[in-house]
Amino acid sequence: MTESPVLALEHARISYWTRAGEVNVVPDLSFEITPGEALGLVGESGCGKSTVALAVVRYLGRSGRLVSGRILVEGRDVASLGAAELRALRGRRVAMVYQDPMASLNPVMTVGQQLMEVPMLHEGLSAAAARERALAMLDEVKLLDGERMLARYPHQLSGGQQQRIVIAMALIAEPALLIMDEPTTGLDVTVEASVLDLVRELRRRHQTAVLFISHNLGTVVRVCDRIGVMYAGELVEEGTIRQVFTNPRHPYTRGLLDCLPALGRDKHQAPLVPIPGQVAPALARPVGCAFAPRCAHVEPGRCTMAPIASVPLEGEPGHGALCVRALELPGWERRRSVAVVSGERAAGPTVVEVDGLHKLYADRRGLFGSGRAAVRALNGVDLRVARGETLAIVGESGCGKSTLARVLAGLETASAGRVLIDGAEVGGTRVESRPLSIKRTLQMVFQNPDSTLNPSHSAGYAIRRALRLLRGVAARDDGQETARLLDVVRLPVELADRKPDRLSGGQKQRVAIARALAGNPEVIVADEPVSALDVSVQASIINLLNEIQAERAATLIFISHDLSVVRYLADQVAVMYLGTIVEAGRVAQVFTPPFHPYTEALLSAVPVPDPDASGARIVLEGPLPSATEQPVGCPFSGRCPRRIGAVCDETPPPLQRLASGHRILCHIPADELAGAQLGAIAPSATR
Amino acid sequence: MALPTTANGLPAIPGAARAGFARTWARRLGRLTESRPAAIGAGLVLFWVVAAILAPVIAPYPPNASSMLAVAHPTPSAAHWLGTDHLGRDILSRILWGARTVLTVAPLAVLGAAILGSLLGLTAGYYRGVVDVVIVRACDIVLSFPVIILYMIILAHFGSSAVNIVAVLTLTKAPIIARIVRGLTLELREREYVAAAKMRGESPLYIMLAEILPNARGPLIVDMCLRTGYNVVIIGALGFLGIGLPPPDPDWGGMVKDTYGMMSVWPHMALFPCAAISSLVIGFNLLAVGLREIGLRD
Repeated sequence: MTESPVLALEHARISYWTRAGEVNVVPDLSFEITPGEALGLVGESGCGKSTVALAVVRYLGRSGRLVSGRILVEGRDVASLGAAELRALRGRRVAMVYQDPMASLNPVMTVGQQLMEVPMLHEGLSAAAARERALAMLDEVKLLDGERMLARYPHQLSGGQQQRIVIAMALIAEPALLIMDEPTTGLDVTVEASVLDLVRELRRRHQTAVLFISHNLGTVVRVCDRIGVMYAGELVEEGTIRQVFTNPRHPYTRGLLDCLPALGRDKHQAPLVPIPGQVAPALARPVGCAFAPRCAHVEPGRCTMAPIASVPLEGEPGHGALCVRALELPGWERRRSVAVVSGERAAGPTVVEVDGLHKLYADRRGLFGSGRAAVRALNGVDLRVARGETLAIVGESGCGKSTLARVLAGLETASAGRVLIDGAEVGGTRVESRPLSIKRTLQMVFQNPDSTLNPSHSAGYAIRRALRLLRGVAARDDGQETARLLDVVRLPVELADRKPDRLSGGQKQRVAIARALAGNPEVIVADEPVSALDVSVQASIINLLNEIQAERAATLIFISHDLSVVRYLADQVAVMYLGTIVEAGRVAQVFTPPFHPYTEALLSAVPVPDPDASGARIVLEGPLPSATEQPVGCPFSGRCPRRIGAVCDETPPPLQRLASGHRILCHIPADELAGAQLGAIAPSATR
Repeated sequence: MALPTTANGLPAIPGAARAGFARTWARRLGRLTESRPAAIGAGLVLFWVVAAILAPVIAPYPPNASSMLAVAHPTPSAAHWLGTDHLGRDILSRILWGARTVLTVAPLAVLGAAILGSLLGLTAGYYRGVVDVVIVRACDIVLSFPVIILYMIILAHFGSSAVNIVAVLTLTKAPIIARIVRGLTLELREREYVAAAKMRGESPLYIMLAEILPNARGPLIVDMCLRTGYNVVIIGALGFLGIGLPPPDPDWGGMVKDTYGMMSVWPHMALFPCAAISSLVIGFNLLAVGLREIGLRD
């Protein structure tokens, strides 16, 4: 490889200036990307990944600056560029795709205007020529019906379509370098899979170099050639995907791999290993190895004395790790499961029972609310959850899983059907009107760590209030009880006096769990409790939920879009699509054929952090259909890759009851499904 | 607000808690220096607050004492720095004493409006539905009246006094605050901590006051600041219209009214009270702008 690199960082030191002085986010970073190559940068949040991306285009804002070292784009020092050159660089040579497509698109301009603007501005193309280019580009990002697409406004598109438009905008200038900062984080798995495939295909065709930033190792595997693991602003390990994934030499890389739930494992086989602690703030960077305080292999003295230099690995060109023990650590093995044997427990009595649950939202249109169209969020859901079991509800966003959780919690009421908690009918009762015993029985853990705790009150406040109201704990005893609950969720008691803005995301979520536990609930409903957290934190929260559930023999209803988490945590799984449960059963049953075709598609879309997992993927075309119409036939027929004909559109599918509670809502007979899927199935799911 | 801040089971160290409280406030006030408008505004307001408090000490003359000697030569002099008015009363002393009334009536009226408006806004935003419609419509009705005419009618009927002015200003400003709080409540009620509070069985009143209102305080404080400035203007206008505080107590608006006829001969008689009004209003406005700036930075 003698080509000159598209992007080269040479001992870049990047800092932000705050009232506390210089905060050195990236101390000394060097790496290169050659033409056509894709480098993935991974690491927990706060590792400086995005700072690097911004520094490349010199967009750090007023407080951030490249202190020393050089950043070269196609051999030109970014720091030396004048305003006009910088604009040309950003417009033509380097393009960016960020996490939230809505933030990149101008809501008052049509897609066409925004796409055409790029070549017109930077290449001086005429409107007609730019339009041609825009149409060709839309075709490349696989957006059908380009002419109509050009006339649309961003809000008329789905999240996946928006991100494709942003990618089209980025590539229309034929940049040499494409920077993608968490481009699929906000998208559903199925959409994510198709966007990732698209990126991989386009970069091959256009020979564009890619700097791909992600916290998800699975997505990096799908797109990149090389990977750089970042920790506290340092590149702690670098190498080809295969090198790093088969022989990770840095303990942090191993930690990241170990805390990921894989599709083939569940909680009875191997617990997740979270990385203890959290990223040290840049102001308190330890001497020597930045990872040492969290490292299981740390050798006091050796690791913490002097700055660590990168150790190249013999026989693996391009693979290096920033660890003094890189060569002496024992070999790493991907933890694979043995045969799938779930520790089957005798099911307890039914605690939560849902029968024919419907939830309609009236969508008021017009001045007087006439012309109502109802959104069918839940369309006849049946569920039974036994004591001491974990039920996971999975599906894409908009499938009704959160609505189901909110109806169970009494934050919404059912439009029709029954919800029994401990035998008491509560479907039509808001939580305010539920008796105290029901409030005590069922508590909820919410999704967003930033809004789950009241920013105006201390962390202990919510726990104390819950203790007082749910258990009648007197004011003078609640401090002790609060301390005990904080201990259950593994938080030091001092945190009780802190305001949420001084807690990390994981800590906030732990406090929220402690709050839910205050009334000794029998049922805990957790709505995506880990989706906003870093993988390492995610693992520890999942472990915590698992322990709490086992210890108290409580029932856990776990809402998630992440199938690997579900596979790991759940006893029972219900797969939802458009307000209907299309498949349900024990976790091992749902994750092995026969699947419902939707389950199959979801499974094949999961990004697996394993370079060998190259299963054929089923890409669902089109977005989730609108839930305003009652589907005549199968709700999934419009996107189903195994659609068998008109019967799917016209007749509601029959419920096929298979062995021990496994049920599939599909026209295709289960044995036929099993036959077809055993041959074609993504190997990752069975491994 | 009945917040459970005491008796958390830990050995009580009241001094430590109070020191922490004082430190928090010192830090918050210190943040005012981060924004130039906030610093200037706070300086102007503080100037008038100090002037009002110290008026009995620093005012060179009693506010209503007239000097026969000065009637002939009312222009500023060494004896009367800002001159005297047409009755020979010292303008500086009257402005200083006038600050006392304005700085009592304006903030009190805002406080009243904030309390009433917050309660209305919280109720409307939290319950929505019919309650919301009724409250919002009632507010609209009040807001659709031309306020000055409303004041004239009410004050003419009930008589002009400090208490009545506070009451009138409270009633006419509460709907504006109610709208702001309602908007914030509509957003805050959907937060997960509110759901959690419902799930542990908190009463609606508690949720409104302890869970929602504290998080609405930022925009609310900015608006109260702005509205205090407006109230200073209105009190001045009422004084000018002759329905302000009853004479002979000094009232900035009244001072302008009494002397603007002599504008061409002795402009200082009306200009100095006008300057007092503007500087205080500008002070409150800058403070509001600065507070918003600081709030946005968080």
